[in-house]
Amino acid sequence: MNNNLKVFFNGIIKENPTFVLLLGMCPTLATTSSAINGMSMGLATMFVLIMSNIVISLLKNLIPDMVRIPAFIVVIATFVTIVQMVMNAYVPALADSLGIFIPLIVVNCIVLGRAEAFASKNGVIPSFFDGFGIGMGFTLALIVLGAVRELLGTGKIFSFKIFPDNFGALLFVLAPGAFIALGYLIAIFNKLQDKKTN
Amino acid sequence: MAKLKSTFKNMFLSLFIISVTVGLLLAQVNKMTAKPIADAKAMKLQNAIKEVVPAFDNDPVAEAYKMPDGQGDSLTVYPAKKGDEVVGFAVNSNSNNGFSGEIQIMVGFDMENKIVNYSVLQHAETPGLGAKMGEWFKDTAKPNQSVIGRDLSQGNLSVSKDGGNVDAITASTITSRAFLEAVNKAYAVYKASDADSGATKKEEAEKKGGENEQ
Amino acid sequence: MEYIGIIIVAILVNNIVFSQFLGICPFLGVSKKVDTALGMAGAVTFVLTIATIVTFLLQKGILEPFKLDYLQTITFILVIAALVQMVEIILKKVSPALYQALGVFLPLITTNCAILGVAILVIKKDYNLLESVVFAIATSVGFALALIVFSGIREQLSLTKVPKYMQGIPIALITAGILAMAFMGFSGIDQVFK
Repeated sequence: MNNNLKVFFNGIIKENPTFVLLLGMCPTLATTSSAINGMSMGLATMFVLIMSNIVISLLKNLIPDMVRIPAFIVVIATFVTIVQMVMNAYVPALADSLGIFIPLIVVNCIVLGRAEAFASKNGVIPSFFDGFGIGMGFTLALIVLGAVRELLGTGKIFSFKIFPDNFGALLFVLAPGAFIALGYLIAIFNKLQDKKTN
Repeated sequence: MAKLKSTFKNMFLSLFIISVTVGLLLAQVNKMTAKPIADAKAMKLQNAIKEVVPAFDNDPVAEAYKMPDGQGDSLTVYPAKKGDEVVGFAVNSNSNNGFSGEIQIMVGFDMENKIVNYSVLQHAETPGLGAKMGEWFKDTAKPNQSVIGRDLSQGNLSVSKDGGNVDAITASTITSRAFLEAVNKAYAVYKASDADSGATKKEEAEKKGGENEQ
Repeated sequence: MEYIGIIIVAILVNNIVFSQFLGICPFLGVSKKVDTALGMAGAVTFVLTIATIVTFLLQKGILEPFKLDYLQTITFILVIAALVQMVEIILKKVSPALYQALGVFLPLITTNCAILGVAILVIKKDYNLLESVVFAIATSVGFALALIVFSGIREQLSLTKVPKYMQGIPIALITAGILAMAFMGFSGIDQVFK
C-alpha cells in the first residue's frame, strides 16, 4: 500500500505532467480560461488515464510487442469516445466549452506515455494508482492555471467574485494570457522544487 | 502467463479481438447516450424559446416553419400560442458579419412588433469584448443599449455610431453591428410571419422540425 | 474570395498555435533552431494535408453513410498513425533526400494534436473537400510561420541572460505569449475580404 501511495504522490509532485514533464500542453493552455473548465478537462483526462492504465495492464501479456502502440491507441480512443458521448448527453454546456479538446485527449502524450512507460510493465493496482496520481497532478495543475487566469482576467475564482471585474486584465482570459501565466507558474514551481531539494 | 510472441497470427488475432470488443462496447454506449444527447439538444432549443417569448402552452418546436429572409436564405420561426391565440414568435436568426465566425441568436417578438427578449445560441466572439452581447443588449437599466421592448416597426435598429439608437458594446462595434443585423433580419421574418398568422397559410410554408436547425 | 478568407483566417487570425492551441508540443520542442523548425514545418504540412484528405473521404464515404459517426475519434487517430508510418516507408524508398530532411520528425507527428485537430475541425466546420484542403494547407503555413518566427526569437534568446528559474520553457512560454498578443492584432482582418 505504501508503495502505491508513493506512486500516487509521484504523479502529483515529482512527475507532475504539466509543471515538470511539460506534457499535454495543448489542452493545458486551451481549456484553462476558467477554473471550472480546467477542472473538467483534468477530470476527463484523469478518467481516460485511469481506465486505459487498468485495461492495458490487464491486457499487457495478450498484446504482442510489435503491435502494442496501435493496440494502446485503440484502448485509449475507446475511453475518450465514451467520455465524449457521456459529456454530450449529461453536461452539454461543458462539452460545448471544451469542444474539440475532448476528442483530442487521444493525442495527449500523457495518456499514451503512461500506457507505454508504466501500465505495460506493472500490475493492475499500481497502474491504477499511477493513472490516478498523474491524472490528479494534471487536474490540479489545470485548476491552478485556470484559477490564476480567471482571477487575473475577470476577478473571479470558480465564478465566485473576488474583486470587481473591470479591474481584471482581460488579456489573461485570452490566448496570450495562457502562455504567460503558464510560463510564470512553471518558473515558480521550479523555484519551489529547488528549495525543497536543497 | 507468458507474453505472446509477435507472430503474424498473434498480432492479427489480438488486434482483431480488441477492435471487435471495442466496436461492440462503443456501439452499446452510443445507443445508451443517443437519447439523452438528443434530449439535451431539444432542451437547449426549448429553453432558448421559452426565454424569449411570452408564456405559451403549445409546442413551438413541432410547429416550427421556415420563412425566407429576403436575402436568399431562410430562418426558422417558432410560433408561441396560448390556447388558439398566437402570443409571439421566436426567430432563429444569424449574421456572418461578426468579428470571428457566425453569430446565431434567438429573438422573440410579441404581437406589437416589440422585442420580448433574445438569447445568443452560438458565437465565437472575443471573450470579454464581443462575447458580452449575451448580456449587454439586455440591460434594461440602460435604455440606450438595451434592445428589450424596442418597437421595430419604427425602423431597423443600428448602432449610434452609424446614426442609430443603440449603444454598441464598448470596443466591439463590429460585433454589435452583426448582432443588430441578426435582430433586424429576425424582425423582417417576424413581420412576414405575423401577416401570415391570421390566415391558414402556415400549412403551405414548408413545415420543418426543430432538429434540422441544429 | 471565399478561399482567401479561409486562408487569411487560418494563417493569421486563428493561427493554429497562437489562438487554437494545437501543436504546442512540437512548437516548444523543436523550436530551438531555425533549421529543425523548417524540417518540422515541412513534415507537418505534408502529413496534415494528406491526413485531412484521407480522413475527410473516410468520414463522408464510410462513417456518415453507415451512421458510424461515433467511431470518428478512433478511426481518425488510427488512420493518422498508419498514414505517418506509410509516409515514412514510401518517403524512404522514393525520395531519400526528402526522407533525410523530414524523417526524424515523422514519428513525432502521430501525437501532434494539430493533425487530428484539423481533421476533426474541417468536419465540424462543414467544409467541402476543396475547402478542407485549402484550410489544411493554410493551417500548415500558419504553423510553419509560428514555428519559424518563434525559433528565430529563441536563437536570439539563447544568447541573453535570463533569471535562473525562468530559463528554458518558462521564458519560451512568455515569449510565445507576447507573440500571441502580436497575432491578436490580426483579428478582424478578414472583414476586409468580405
